[in-house]
Amino acid sequence: MKPAGSIVFFTTASGAGYGMLFWLGLLSTTGHLPGAIWYGLTALVIAGALVTAGLLASTAHLGNPQRAWRALSQWRSSWLSREGVAALLTYVPALLLAVSWLIDPHPAVLPALVAAVLAMITVYCTAMIYASLKPIRQWHNSFVAPFYLLAALFSGAICLAAVTGFANPAAAAILAVIAMLTGLAAAVLKLFYWRHIDTTAGASTIASATGLGHLGRVRSFEAPHSEENYLLKEMGFRIARKHAARLRAYALLLSFAIPLAILLGVVAGVLPVTLIVVAAVCAMLGMLLERWLFFAEATHTVTLYYGREA
Amino acid sequence: MTSFPTARPGAKKLGLVIDLDTCVGCHACAVNCKEWNASGHSAPLTDSNAYQADPFGVWFNRVHTYEAGEGQGSRTVHFPRSCLHCETPACVTVCPTGASYKRAEDGIVLVNPETCIGCQLCAWACPYGAREFDADDGVMKKCTLCIDRIYNENLPEPERVPACVSTCPASARHFGDFNDPASHVSQLVLERGGYDLMPEMGYKPTNKYLPPRKPAAPVATAPAAQTGATSSLLRWLDRALSR
Repeated sequence: MKPAGSIVFFTTASGAGYGMLFWLGLLSTTGHLPGAIWYGLTALVIAGALVTAGLLASTAHLGNPQRAWRALSQWRSSWLSREGVAALLTYVPALLLAVSWLIDPHPAVLPALVAAVLAMITVYCTAMIYASLKPIRQWHNSFVAPFYLLAALFSGAICLAAVTGFANPAAAAILAVIAMLTGLAAAVLKLFYWRHIDTTAGASTIASATGLGHLGRVRSFEAPHSEENYLLKEMGFRIARKHAARLRAYALLLSFAIPLAILLGVVAGVLPVTLIVVAAVCAMLGMLLERWLFFAEATHTVTLYYGREA
Repeated sequence: MTSFPTARPGAKKLGLVIDLDTCVGCHACAVNCKEWNASGHSAPLTDSNAYQADPFGVWFNRVHTYEAGEGQGSRTVHFPRSCLHCETPACVTVCPTGASYKRAEDGIVLVNPETCIGCQLCAWACPYGAREFDADDGVMKKCTLCIDRIYNENLPEPERVPACVSTCPASARHFGDFNDPASHVSQLVLERGGYDLMPEMGYKPTNKYLPPRKPAAPVATAPAAQTGATSSLLRWLDRALSR
């Protein structure tokens, strides 16, 4: 599948933003976060900016972005519509949380918890847009939704830890430990995911796509057109698969290995707490690469008709 | 609404039967489809660089050619591919706006170009590659089963069939109502063992494909050497007359 830059950025940035919102909501109720107004507002603004930038970027992918509001109507059947609804709904408790933080360093529990839950529901809807698509076996599996959630929890925790480092190093250390645990879980899940897509075959083959399998081995003799069409440009993207092993290694290194090493140094007291910012930037770059690979490595059954693997 | 319509009593289920035994791979169906739809309901079907290097355009119908089997038993099969107007297609349910819909009265799957936002999720959801994005209009386009022909009272009755069906010189394409067990298409499916593409996807395609018939046993011919014919014309005549 062609990795559209707008969608890669959207899923990564808004995932991190919703992850930040989740930890802000959850940990503000337990009293583990600094109560300073500037801290709460800065963290919420960064989370909101990541979410909003991602959502706006996703509309750049549309052929008619001025009609984007129509996407809120079909939540009964469409995960994309559900995501839009959940994304907009999440703004309400997030704004209430910001207002309550302005008034009181111990923000209200209800909007905090509702914001945390809605943030994760939105990320789940994003994941299900991809996980519900049967023709793409690299997406239509049970690893995708848990990874999207873990990736959001990890990137959100590390970004929030970076901000928290400037307000309260002890609170930042708690978030750093959370980021290390979720990061480790995400890395392990990603490895299992890669093993899954490398070792399982799709349910469909050129034999079932053409129905000619009863005649023997089926192969493409002549393509219908000499140049690449929309289907091959959009769904026949092949560059990543050639370099998959190396790109996966870079994604693991940037997303998890380097950031987790820095976090470990900070928690152990060897490295200064401000270095979490470097870890967070590194992790976000890695997540962008990981998300790019998620699209680029995916294959679509339509390419079976062109004699390719899917 | 992107949920599926509830079945109405007496509703039609319109679709195509494609005969892989008689298709000669001439691409006339694909060309006539493009010609009709470039000026019809879904017009224009954008072309870019049509007469230069790297031409690119929107098409609803494509003809692939496959080889199947090995040696003498192998077959070359021409294979037209277009929207199958499935009974439970995910291209409809994934649509966030309701622009992609299935008609209750005849089962045709259509896109409303007024409400499509061009997110292209429906093209990803289709296993068969039936949908192509028109970057100029910013909306998704697809086979309409020629709704602007099949119900068009300005056309003479025999021409009220999809453009691909009307143009096929080998009569490899048949149009009709699958809900009517007596219809031509229902009978063809019954007699020739019409089948679904990728049934494992669970989309329940309406269009059916007829498998290639078994080849006739090869005719034994007398070896040309015994007749003493030396020229290729005489050898051909010998073979032709020996059949």
